Amino acid sequence: MFPELNNLLNTTPDRAEQGKLTLLCDAKTDGSFLVHHFLSFYLKANCKVCFVALIQSFSHYNIVGQKLVNIVELRGAVPSTWVTQGVSLTAARECGQLVFLEGLKSSVDVFFRAQAAPHPLQFLREADAGNLQPLYEFVREALKPVGDGQAAWRCPVLLVDDLSVLLSLGLGAVAVLDFVHYCRVAVCWERKGNIVALVHDSGDAEDEENDILLNGLSHQSHLILRAEGLATGFCRDVHGQLRVLWRTPSQPAAQRDRSLTYQYKIQDKSVSFFAKGMSPAVL
Amino acid sequence: MAAVATCGTGAGSTGSIAAAASKNNVTSFQRKGPRASGTDSGCSRLVSIAGTRPSVRNGQLLVSTGLPALDQLLGGGLAVGTVLLIEEDKYNIYSSLVFKYFLAEGIINGHTLLVASAKEDPADILQELPAPLLDDNCKKDFDEDVCNDKTPDSNIKMKIAWRYQLLPKMESGPVSSSRFGHYYDASKRMPQELIEASKWHGFFFPEKLSSTLNIESCSLTHGYRKLLQFIQNVIYEEGFDGSSPQKKQKNILRIGIQSLGSPLWGDDICCTENCDNSHSLTKFLYVLRGLLRTSLSACIITMPTHLIQNKAVIARVTNLSDTVVGLESFIGSERETNPLYKDYHGLIHIRQIPRLNNLIYDVSDVKDLAFKLKRKLFTIERLHLPPDLSDTVSRSSKQDLAESSKLLGPGCGMMAGGKKHLDF
Repeated sequence: MFPELNNLLNTTPDRAEQGKLTLLCDAKTDGSFLVHHFLSFYLKANCKVCFVALIQSFSHYNIVGQKLVNIVELRGAVPSTWVTQGVSLTAARECGQLVFLEGLKSSVDVFFRAQAAPHPLQFLREADAGNLQPLYEFVREALKPVGDGQAAWRCPVLLVDDLSVLLSLGLGAVAVLDFVHYCRVAVCWERKGNIVALVHDSGDAEDEENDILLNGLSHQSHLILRAEGLATGFCRDVHGQLRVLWRTPSQPAAQRDRSLTYQYKIQDKSVSFFAKGMSPAVL
Repeated sequence: MAAVATCGTGAGSTGSIAAAASKNNVTSFQRKGPRASGTDSGCSRLVSIAGTRPSVRNGQLLVSTGLPALDQLLGGGLAVGTVLLIEEDKYNIYSSLVFKYFLAEGIINGHTLLVASAKEDPADILQELPAPLLDDNCKKDFDEDVCNDKTPDSNIKMKIAWRYQLLPKMESGPVSSSRFGHYYDASKRMPQELIEASKWHGFFFPEKLSSTLNIESCSLTHGYRKLLQFIQNVIYEEGFDGSSPQKKQKNILRIGIQSLGSPLWGDDICCTENCDNSHSLTKFLYVLRGLLRTSLSACIITMPTHLIQNKAVIARVTNLSDTVVGLESFIGSERETNPLYKDYHGLIHIRQIPRLNNLIYDVSDVKDLAFKLKRKLFTIERLHLPPDLSDTVSRSSKQDLAESSKLLGPGCGMMAGGKKHLDF
């Protein structure tokens, strides 16, 4: 996770909110750094995470997660020591904190071999537009509370990277919106957990299905993080602009939504955020 | 399929931090092999596959694309397990050449090839590969090639524009004795014995039309289903995914698919705007990428994107590929006779470079790149606008120059785009 982004969003892993749908959106740039942030954020916050990773492989997230530098105080050590550590996805997966669905690897299994049990990516084998019910069942199964009373994970979190690729795989926007709706009921409302999903904004590419999906999700989400490329083009020191929008979907629009804009630069191990025009390169 | 490992103890917060800190003293420097899933052991052996090298940034295993100039722009080479998508130029002249360079590089390095085409027989494609320039006799020829172009006083230090001397030069000559990227002579053919010594599999779609399938019908077109099945068979049988025992030396599979998406594959995505099975191509790319990520292979695909009428599909295809390079040749366009572009054959656009195992990626600062095909060299250079030196240039041609310069990419700050030529 990026400490500067935590400051901007005014959260820490200890005080993570519950029952929220966060929408990550990128337009003309790559917003995957936000996915890495939220993945390590919720793993640090001791939440049980179900990560539906449809775009990259497990080792990609693992290697980046280990690079993200977090300075934490090693409690219980005298004198108090500060260590830097990333988050290890392998360790999290082994101890049951992380349930990882690797889309690329499983798609090969689903596509070439007929599966006995319904597979979460069953829609890849179907000729006409399917639905995401097997995937929803998988998510619900993964995040259901462990009944033996020992596991003390804080709240379940569903992380999806990303939803736009589901449209490319033959599903309609309505099917994906249904899936998100079902997951919201199961995760956010029943179990007081969070959902974080990434959607690409196609901009002027006139992708109607994607626009329907994006608009539908924007109306349901509590927090929208939108990474955009700079309007002036490529810049080596400022990689893009992040717009943060806090929303309250259930209340009428009388209360004004709060919005902030920052610019960012992605570095090897973290991302630095600064106010518009205040890049360290120009100051 | 993600298996939920049931671990009984959910550790308390402080305990887990201490435990994690002691376990996680993994530094960010890792000598990493490719991301094939089953090959955890023998990591150091993987690095020594012929024709590959680890990336300097994150240890990712790279193969050469056959064009050292393009390798440099892509951050050292093409990562194993990824897809390189070439958006074809209008008459498919230079993109097929880039395709052939990729395959020729595979033959020189001893990689296994898989060539798929719906237009030409793969055996014919392999006959037309360019001949490699091997080190000993190539340097002599290359030097005289270069000397013909360079002006005699080019190695004198610049006196007026001395700041430009400090700009990094693009790689334009063969790196001495590097075994990673090779140069090819486009006018000669690859020697027959090299082709016969290499191992290759061909997929010629018209031949495979009648044979049966064992995948039940999904929304892929017939051609894509067969091709995926063929690729998966080759990967599985030859052990590129680590399934067969490791008694023989590991090798890379180079897959080349020509003109994917064209009507010859049975796909109507280039014909109409609202096609019936518009998800066929994107699904194919997704499953192909899944196959590549779990095996030691790299793939080049050329696609006639200038024929695809639905812009949304192009955006989706770009998102589903790892590296996307677009070629735009000047042949047949009005730029062919434009004095601005007289030194070059076309423009090359690096549309997307993947971020693999990393938050950042190697992006070159130069956004306006042009390529030039000489007999023995395919160079990619920063697009230079020639200086406007002549006094007798008429007003109308100056207008044309100003107009043409507006069409350059947004990263070019060299000439202000404007309609009127300001005459001081």
